[in-house]
Amino acid sequence: MSSKLGPMKSARLEWRGDGPDAAVLSVSGPCTMRCLPGILVQVDSLKRSPERLDLTELESLDSAGALVLLRLLARDRHYRETIERIRGSRPEHLALLTLIAEAAGVAPSTRNTISSWRVWIAGLGESIVGLWRQMLQLAAFFGEINACALSILMGRRKLRMTAVVHHMERTGLDAVPIICLLCFLVGAVVAFLSATALRDFGASILTVEIVSVSFLREFGVLLSAILVAGRSGSAFTAEIGSMRSREEIDAIKALALDPVELLVIPRLLALLVMLPVLSFLAMLSGILGGALVGATTLDISPIMFLSRMQEETELYYLWLGLLKAPVFAFLIASIGCLEGLKVSGSAESVGSHTTSSVVQSIFLVIVVDALFAVLYMKLDL
Amino acid sequence: MASTSAENIIEVRGLVNRFGAQVVHENLDLDVRRGEVLAVIGGSGAGKSVLLRSIIGLQEPAQGQIRVLGEDLRAASAARRADIERRWGVMFQDGALFSSLDVLENIKVPMIEHQPLPLDLMDEIARLKIALVGLPADSAHKYPNQLSGGMRKRAGIARALSLDPEILFLDEPTSGLDPIGAAGFDELIVTLKKSLDLTVFLVTHDLDSIFTCCDRVAVLVDRHVVAVDTPERIAEHEHPWIQQCFRGPRGRSAQGALASRMQGA
Repeated sequence: MSSKLGPMKSARLEWRGDGPDAAVLSVSGPCTMRCLPGILVQVDSLKRSPERLDLTELESLDSAGALVLLRLLARDRHYRETIERIRGSRPEHLALLTLIAEAAGVAPSTRNTISSWRVWIAGLGESIVGLWRQMLQLAAFFGEINACALSILMGRRKLRMTAVVHHMERTGLDAVPIICLLCFLVGAVVAFLSATALRDFGASILTVEIVSVSFLREFGVLLSAILVAGRSGSAFTAEIGSMRSREEIDAIKALALDPVELLVIPRLLALLVMLPVLSFLAMLSGILGGALVGATTLDISPIMFLSRMQEETELYYLWLGLLKAPVFAFLIASIGCLEGLKVSGSAESVGSHTTSSVVQSIFLVIVVDALFAVLYMKLDL
Repeated sequence: MASTSAENIIEVRGLVNRFGAQVVHENLDLDVRRGEVLAVIGGSGAGKSVLLRSIIGLQEPAQGQIRVLGEDLRAASAARRADIERRWGVMFQDGALFSSLDVLENIKVPMIEHQPLPLDLMDEIARLKIALVGLPADSAHKYPNQLSGGMRKRAGIARALSLDPEILFLDEPTSGLDPIGAAGFDELIVTLKKSLDLTVFLVTHDLDSIFTCCDRVAVLVDRHVVAVDTPERIAEHEHPWIQQCFRGPRGRSAQGALASRMQGA
């Protein structure tokens, strides 16, 4: 029993007979996968290739070993003719050798080899076309969502209230702690940075405006949108994508139901409601973080912070910020759901679409935010 | 001891498997002899796949002893376990090919990891396995998601055969295949077993493949192996589940097909 385990003794290759005509190689011992390294060393040290093989003393043989023996006799894959040049083998070994000679004699399929720069150019073109298609798809999907929402408003389709509330809890309520904590910290950092820069001019009090204006107009909504894109947008893609790969989406369609109505609208509506709420909480905690830094290190008491904010910060900044939230929510939810619906078949497709969903939504959120900034500037707001 | 291990390549003694309160196997005994094709049949949820997973060590049994190639795997050292594991190949239900690698690379993975050889030789061995399992040569550079279910199963067998194992485990090799594909698969199992000197342990539902390619059948009902015998003798067994299974319309037609084939030959 132990002969099978542990280090294996390998086959021995020995020349039989002398002279140029009697080039017979005798193989003895086991010739299997496990002792191939030892055999290959001996094969490499052979000075000439054998005319015939003598397998009288061969103990065991498997398919890999048989292939190596055949390769000794023929270097060009014409193994079939080599069988006659094998002597003294046991019937079962001969049967295996014959089978291997038949099976391995097939020429390998050639891969199309194209020069690397052409591949690169082709890849570039493909990704540009892909980007264009993606934009078209997104536009078409916006239309589909709007059509569905319209028919819900007209009462022709149902709004799934239970699903909406469920997603409001998961995307909104459950995200409150992380968003508040993050914005609190960013608020503190912003206050600290601006105070160090402004202290030299004796204008540390301007920290109040910097923190409140930046959080009301930009950071509150932007930070929460980015967090929600990473947290909920990816979840939408993964959920819908795994449903897609288990053919649940096809089942929905086959049952004469609409996946947009069932899956997309509830998620979209939940995010449309919850992202403004989250943004508002984010603004509050950012300003709180700024106020805390002011009170502890800058000698701006909370009362002073509040009154300064009341005097210098306009209320409409809040509305300017919150106005962006539904737009971001629409982008995040529709990209998340669309990428989920685009999943095809396999499980790894879910992973790549989830990545693509997060990247796209964060990218678009920042681009749209920049557009809003330009718009507000032109409107002198 | 040595004589039984030469005879029985797998020995399962007193196997107990539980999932929570649910007992799947209770004092299950089973022997697989060297060089045979043994099929395990049983109803859905009877624990056939769990038995296979226990033997190959993917499922830790609650009790019992499993000896493969004369070695108790639970008691063996890690090195010895690895040694035994190299001497079997497993095909999972849907092939379980690595989706990021093409078929050729999939077959080469066990070789690269366990038995590094010159690259061109590994390539040729892998292509040989592709030809042996009856896949067309151009499937070598296809990825698993470009293959049909039957081709994935064949590629799974090719990967299992990569290191020239002594035992081949097959989990439902013919499920999900069309009748022609399934018959081709039964034929493949017989050819491979004969030419590569394999012992095959397969889990199946398919009565046709039991009659065409199996030497012995183990019936797993009510947490035990109730009978192990040749397919013809199992068909005569008086256990009620076996009666229902083999005397039902599908069992009769499978036997009938076998009988007519015997006459033809």
